[in-house]
Amino acid sequence: MSRTALSGSELAGRLRDRDVSVAPAVLNLLEDASRREEARELLVALGPGVLGGEAPGHIVGVTGPPGVGKSTLLGALVAVWRAADRTVAVLAVDPSSKRSGGALLADRIRIAGPAVGGPGRFIRSMAARERVGGLAPATRAAAQVLAVAFDVVVVETVGVGQSETEVAELADTVVVVVQPGAGDALQFLKAGLMEVPDLLVVAKADVGAAAQTTLGEAQAALHLLGADDTAALAVSALPPGAGIAELAQALDDHRARTDGPARRLATRRAGALADFISEYGAQGLRAVGGRRGAERILIAQSPELDGHSLVEMLALQAGLDQTS
Amino acid sequence: MSGERAPHRLAAPDPAWLMRTYAGHSTAQASNELYRTNLASGQTGLSVAFDLPTQTGYDPGDGLARGEVGKVGVPIAHLGDMRALFDGIDLAQMNTSMTINATAAWLLALYIAVAEERGIEPEVLQGTTQNDILKEFLARGTYAFPPVPSLRLTADMVAYTVEHVPRWNPVNICSYHLQEAGATPVQEIAFALANATAVLDAVRERVAEERIGAVFGRISFFVNAGVRFVEEHAKLRALAVLWEELGRGRYGVSDPTQLRLRYGVQVNSLGLTESQPENNVQRIVLETLAVTLGRNARARAVQLPAWNEALGLPRQWDQQWSLRIQQVLAYETDLLEYPDIFEGSRVMEGLVDELVQGARLELASIEQRGGAVQALSHMKAALVESNRGRLRRIESGEQVVVGVNRYLETAPSPLTADGASAFLTIDLAHEQAQIDALERWRAERNPNAVAEALEELARVARSDENIMPATLAAARAGVSTGEWAGTLRDVFGSYRAPTGVADAPPARGYAEIEQLREDVDRASEQLGRRLKLLVGKPGLDGHSNGAEQIALYARDAGIEVVYEGIRLTPEQIAASALEEGVHVVGLSILSGSHKVLVPQVVAALRDAGVQAPVVVGGIIPQGDVAELLAGGVAAVYGPRDYELGAIVADIVALAVGGSQS
Ligand code: B12
Ligand SMILES: Nc1nc2c(ncn2[C@@H]2O[C@H](COP(=O)(O)OP(=O)(O)O)[C@@H](O)[C@H]2O)c(=O)[nH]1
Ligand SMILES: [Mg+2]
Repeated sequence: MSRTALSGSELAGRLRDRDVSVAPAVLNLLEDASRREEARELLVALGPGVLGGEAPGHIVGVTGPPGVGKSTLLGALVAVWRAADRTVAVLAVDPSSKRSGGALLADRIRIAGPAVGGPGRFIRSMAARERVGGLAPATRAAAQVLAVAFDVVVVETVGVGQSETEVAELADTVVVVVQPGAGDALQFLKAGLMEVPDLLVVAKADVGAAAQTTLGEAQAALHLLGADDTAALAVSALPPGAGIAELAQALDDHRARTDGPARRLATRRAGALADFISEYGAQGLRAVGGRRGAERILIAQSPELDGHSLVEMLALQAGLDQTS
Repeated sequence: MSGERAPHRLAAPDPAWLMRTYAGHSTAQASNELYRTNLASGQTGLSVAFDLPTQTGYDPGDGLARGEVGKVGVPIAHLGDMRALFDGIDLAQMNTSMTINATAAWLLALYIAVAEERGIEPEVLQGTTQNDILKEFLARGTYAFPPVPSLRLTADMVAYTVEHVPRWNPVNICSYHLQEAGATPVQEIAFALANATAVLDAVRERVAEERIGAVFGRISFFVNAGVRFVEEHAKLRALAVLWEELGRGRYGVSDPTQLRLRYGVQVNSLGLTESQPENNVQRIVLETLAVTLGRNARARAVQLPAWNEALGLPRQWDQQWSLRIQQVLAYETDLLEYPDIFEGSRVMEGLVDELVQGARLELASIEQRGGAVQALSHMKAALVESNRGRLRRIESGEQVVVGVNRYLETAPSPLTADGASAFLTIDLAHEQAQIDALERWRAERNPNAVAEALEELARVARSDENIMPATLAAARAGVSTGEWAGTLRDVFGSYRAPTGVADAPPARGYAEIEQLREDVDRASEQLGRRLKLLVGKPGLDGHSNGAEQIALYARDAGIEVVYEGIRLTPEQIAASALEEGVHVVGLSILSGSHKVLVPQVVAALRDAGVQAPVVVGGIIPQGDVAELLAGGVAAVYGPRDYELGAIVADIVALAVGGSQS
């Protein structure tokens, strides 16, 4: 191969110039275990301190049970965003990875639809490594750095119950998608087993009255929980589609309403803790005094520190050597 | 009534079934000549094969039609092509079967319009439009619109023909393609009946209640018969039992003639081999017995594949050989002289019972999911799983395939001695000629009439009215196939069928795959991240079996596989390869368009900066392999390479080698 891959710092420069065409190379780097040092360079070079603020893109987390219609819905949303000339990156975390380590990454086409995207639309399928719904550290890192160049970065994950928490560790706005007639998700919500999302979407509104009923139940449940800020919407993603533009608007509204930098800081710290645990395990966590201890350490760090450096700080405090 | 008639003999032999040859290629003119020759050599009906652009509603010249025009069937782009196709053939006498689904309403309209021009009333037209759209989503791949509006078109056609073209079979429910996509006998019966039910339910909403019996009676089947011919015969008897049960139960039909199962057949092709292809003749003969032996469940029409099925398209002589098989069976043997030879057979009764029970369970599970439309993903995944089991049994040697995994030694075959000429090759120049011809057609028609017809078509599509009158008007106005389908795509939207692979359970551990996993782990370590493979299907080709099984096997070996289903453009494949960061790109092409599509994909990949090695699988004649390799392809695989493990092992080696070069 004559072409040599761009280095971590070169990629950082391109992303800062909002060159979205380097997205594939960025992901290849972040997933590459043999290029950890370069990945570190990339992440550090795109930290808020260096950038002079938070990455401007809107990081949206979309989660819900398998088959509920997340990918199809994203396809419709991507079309709306592209029509408004916004650049979009989608990280589709696939649940299908098997014990073998193999995975069948089949979401892509539902999101991509019939059109060839062009450089303003980037879709990457990622296998959930350890467990269903679990986010790989590369996914969190990717969302953070792509938000430097893309207007919108979406992470699709599977699950109800725990994956919202993981998505909350990286997203500015968390969307939970539920089936029409699906009591389960709402039960989780009512029982407090699931964190209250920023937006609740009932999918497949075209299939009949069940969607409207579920929407009503969802609104009632949210009200009961005092979560009146959480908008609930029913959408249909199949042509002709319904509620898609409203959903795009609701996402923008949520972002406008929230304190962006504060939330970013919180997600960056939570994400760093998750990365730390996935790298150093329970032993590492004990060494920093458990979750509480880790959180104390994180809060003491400068808000300008990038996620990767936060993990290094934790490792340092734990007396664990972080050299790759 | 003179004397005692022996109960084991018929008073007079039965007439033979309808003998057909599935044919069509290159141009309407060339296909017309072929039909006339076939009719002259004793064939008694016509079976039209359309090319993929016609089947999926694209005009020659459309990006997706590249390399496919006139390739696997005849291109029909407008009324003029239909006139040429049936030139000199008396439509009032002919029984014409058209393998057409998504665009069935359109092709029937063209057929009716040609008949009208010749002063033939639609009432006398006889034939069949396949028009079983659900199995297109499950197995065959030539769909154009989403399931619900597709079924509405079907229902419109049925409602229309029952009134205006009463001798036409508007729908031919196909279990044939299900078996070709891996279905077991039980799945073949159950999925076909579930699909038929969805059609009938849709039609019920569009015809007067008292017509449902007539509708039921006009629905025929197109089935398969594999080489296990005893059980396959039982399958047809079981289908007849369940069809009658469905008619009586769900639709309240009581007229015995309306309740009788009528079916045509193409015998199994999936089991026909590239290695020692002469053995295919025995297989075809035995499979034909399955559908003719028992009088109570005998086929109405039979078409047979040819000995060179797995090599490429059959030539006229190859098809003639298959027709002669039927003629020997019908006219030389004593088959047609007896009543049903299985009546009272314990074995047959037992087999039928087994299949009926199995199919009932499967049907109940589909019903529970809300019917066939809702159960498409479930059925597709089940087919992929059955096919996987079949290939596994062949690879392990448990299922014997003579000449493939047993008895491999062979003397040189005179049949394939001259390589490339053992099958039909289509001149690529036809595509350009067809594009030019369409341009001329467009120049000569009345543009206002065309615009009006399309506007009316769009209006009707949005409304609840029957689509046929507006479609007929469009046919007469000179609208093209792509314009008709494009107008409906705009109204109905587009759709991608389920791929059936995403949720497949992991392979049960067997030694080869465990070994392969270690290789994949090692390769992934060397690459820095997990080995990632794109399995791509460029063009209009709907043959997905090979791609699905390669994708699944690779996944089970520990590879991250991106598979997006059929019908992608070279540009889409290149974009996926780039964005997904795959290490190897694997293409699967069986439609014969590899010489056009492979270079396009390779160029698109390199333009996008993707240097990953490319491998190609499918029906690739030996004579084309060198050209592909010279064009930058790393390896080519065909049906003879039945060991999936070996193919995936090659891919692993290639991924590591490729990254070092
Ligand atoms: C099964 C079948 C069908 C099924 C397909 C079901 C499905 N969903 O796949 C059905 C019945 C639907 C079908 C329909 C048609 N078929 Co067909 N079909 C076949 C048949 C009998 C077997 C193909 C098959 O599935 N084999 C089993 C799989 C596992 O093998 P395989 O795909 O070859 O894969 C192996 C290798 O090639 C390789 N490989 C394949 N892909 C890949 C990919 C990668 C990455 C790698 C590494 C390897 C690899 O690995 C596999 C391991 O063994 C062949 C003839 C034959 N016996 O080969 C005709 C054949 C391919 N069909 C043919 C035709 C013409 C059609 C139609 C177009 C007819 C028409 N005019 O309407 C239709 C339309 C289909 C469409 N939409 O495109 C022709 C193509 C002619 C040509 N190439 O010139 C053939 C060759 C028959 C013939 N002689 O006429 N068909
Ligand atoms: N009727 C209907 N079906 C939908 C809708 N969105 C998705 N689907 C179907 O639901 C299935 C699963 O969709 P997918 O987007 O893959 O779900 P995911 O697993 O949540 O990503 C597919 O068969 C879709 O066609 C919708 O809005 N209406
Ligand atoms: Mg999904």
